[in-house]
Amino acid sequence: MRLNPKIRLIPFTFFLLPLLVLGSILMSCGQNSAEEANIIRIGEFGSLTGPTATFGQSTAKGVDMALEKINQSGGVLGKQLKLFREDDQGKPEESITAVTKLINKDRVVAVLGQVASSNTIAAAPVAQQNRIPLVTPASTNPKVTEIGDYIFRICFIDPFQGAVMAKFAYNSLGLRKIAILRDVKSDYSMGLANFFTQNFEALGGTIVANESYSAGDKDFGAQLTTIRAVKPEGVFVPGYYTEVGLIARQANTLGLNAVLLGGDGWDSAKLWEIGGTALNGSYYSNHYSAEDPNPIIQAFVEEFRAKYKEEPDAMSALGYDAAMILADAIGRAGNTGADNIKAALATTREYQGITGNISLDEHRNALKSAVVLEFNDGVARYKETVNP
Amino acid sequence: METFLQQIVNGLSLGSIYALVALGYTMVYGILRLINFAHGDVYMLGAFTGYYISLRVHGFLGNAFLEATVVMLGAMIVCGLIGMAIERFAYRPVRRAPRLTMLIIAIGVSLFLENGSQLLFGADPKFFPQIIEERRMLFWGVTITNQQVIVLGVALALMVLLNLFIHYTRTGTAMRAVSFNLDAAKLMGINTNAIIALTFGIGSSLAAAAGILVSLNLPGIDPLMGIMTGLKAFVAAVLGGIGNITGALLGGLILGMAEVMVAGYGSSTYRDAIAFLILIVILLFKPEGILGKGQVEKV
Repeated sequence: MRLNPKIRLIPFTFFLLPLLVLGSILMSCGQNSAEEANIIRIGEFGSLTGPTATFGQSTAKGVDMALEKINQSGGVLGKQLKLFREDDQGKPEESITAVTKLINKDRVVAVLGQVASSNTIAAAPVAQQNRIPLVTPASTNPKVTEIGDYIFRICFIDPFQGAVMAKFAYNSLGLRKIAILRDVKSDYSMGLANFFTQNFEALGGTIVANESYSAGDKDFGAQLTTIRAVKPEGVFVPGYYTEVGLIARQANTLGLNAVLLGGDGWDSAKLWEIGGTALNGSYYSNHYSAEDPNPIIQAFVEEFRAKYKEEPDAMSALGYDAAMILADAIGRAGNTGADNIKAALATTREYQGITGNISLDEHRNALKSAVVLEFNDGVARYKETVNP
Repeated sequence: METFLQQIVNGLSLGSIYALVALGYTMVYGILRLINFAHGDVYMLGAFTGYYISLRVHGFLGNAFLEATVVMLGAMIVCGLIGMAIERFAYRPVRRAPRLTMLIIAIGVSLFLENGSQLLFGADPKFFPQIIEERRMLFWGVTITNQQVIVLGVALALMVLLNLFIHYTRTGTAMRAVSFNLDAAKLMGINTNAIIALTFGIGSSLAAAAGILVSLNLPGIDPLMGIMTGLKAFVAAVLGGIGNITGALLGGLILGMAEVMVAGYGSSTYRDAIAFLILIVILLFKPEGILGKGQVEKV
């Protein structure tokens, strides 16, 4: 005779399950307390896989390099920094899970991440509610730090980035008619497109077409044909590299003769792999250039090359700076209390980072210069620096 | 005018991809009354199989056309086998169970393939090698690429071949018999298991062909690329009249055209929303799809 499955479940639900849950709680609490006293737990979440995978991977490399350096020179407050890293696959809903896990299970004192603004905007409320400081290395949408006083960023914001590219297009390239192709699924892309439009129109230029796509699209023929019909001199594509590469390719196929312009979402070695020569002669704004002769930058580039056998992109540099600034703040806070770290982060002034001189304003945003890079045959050449 | 013509070309090019994927949906539905949700993921597997084959053969065979043929046939065979394996291990054991069971299993297989592929291939997008060098042709200001022509041509050719196969071969006749009545077909001495497996094999290899053709044209592939394409191809199949092969092609082309026209002349922000809205309206007035009734051409 078969036992009623409901009856078989009873001992499991009432006895084994609580035991399992209790056991796992005890396990996570009962970690070696001698080791525990000598480490400071830091969390990081990023897109190690998914459509923006190079963002997460590059950031991770920068963070790893910074922490290794800090720990080799004695750590912070006499303790070693221990990193807990979570992959959110570039999905905002996974970012929430990742940060919740970092805070509740790994009990980190502060969180680093993400690059894509939509992901940081999704996860930041979790950090804010738990009163754990979150430092984003590269999310440029203004809404990110408006979420609360525990949310910081060490990069410039999109109103500035939009102005930089608008001025560059109008003054340096002499463009007057520009079309926009934005990603409706990305807070970053929507915001940057708006700030570009405002600035470009204020300068006297005209936006001749305003088209959009959704992240994950592969076919942009319809939008690009519409854009081609209005004959713009330039097309501003403030998206992420996977789509930008395909857009450049299809624009070229359709014979769209216009300069492509973009923002820091272009910064990835994958861009060239996907877009190829169709990207030649396009420009984008970025946080730093590996070609900058500044000795601080060159020392970083050399060290990075020695460690990873590749060029550091801006996300690596920002990841490095974010980890360094966080460590600096913990050091100045004197202990690992979240409110002390938060107060120390807020008073970060004149920090000499790889991506510039970093001071946080009252809105917890960094005021920094941006660079414009020109893309040619897989290399992004330094074009000019624009100060705030 | 040239913009309008260009949009028509764009629509045909997009629609022929939906049509190819829709063929597989419609075949499986015709024979088993099953909406095989894993079909879009087989399309993705086709693109990835092609990607790994082309890494091996690209540049070795010397002839672009030969290489493309090898990649295409290789991926079609591999995915045909995968399709048959899915049928054998996931659907056949529950064929006599309520239809909902099979549907839920189909969703499960789909999720398994999506997440398994992320584990196996990595979740970041890969660049599909350009086996066939892109050539552009300009007609009265309308750009057509050789790749677009190939996609449309192959889609049409496969559809014609499929129709011929179903109507003029013994196996095709057996397929039609199975689709009319499984039990009666069995009583007539038809090996229904083999026929159903074959249907899955053919449908899956068509999806693989679509995966390769898309990747030639739009060279970014990732493990989740099958979700949206699969969904749209399913809608195309329903629109054309699910179970009907010509309907699948027609539905695919209409959907592709609707999307492109909405994005080109309406709002590109609401591209998918409006395209799907049009479909809902069509289906409200003709729920059986455009070619769904009257013609008993069910596979």
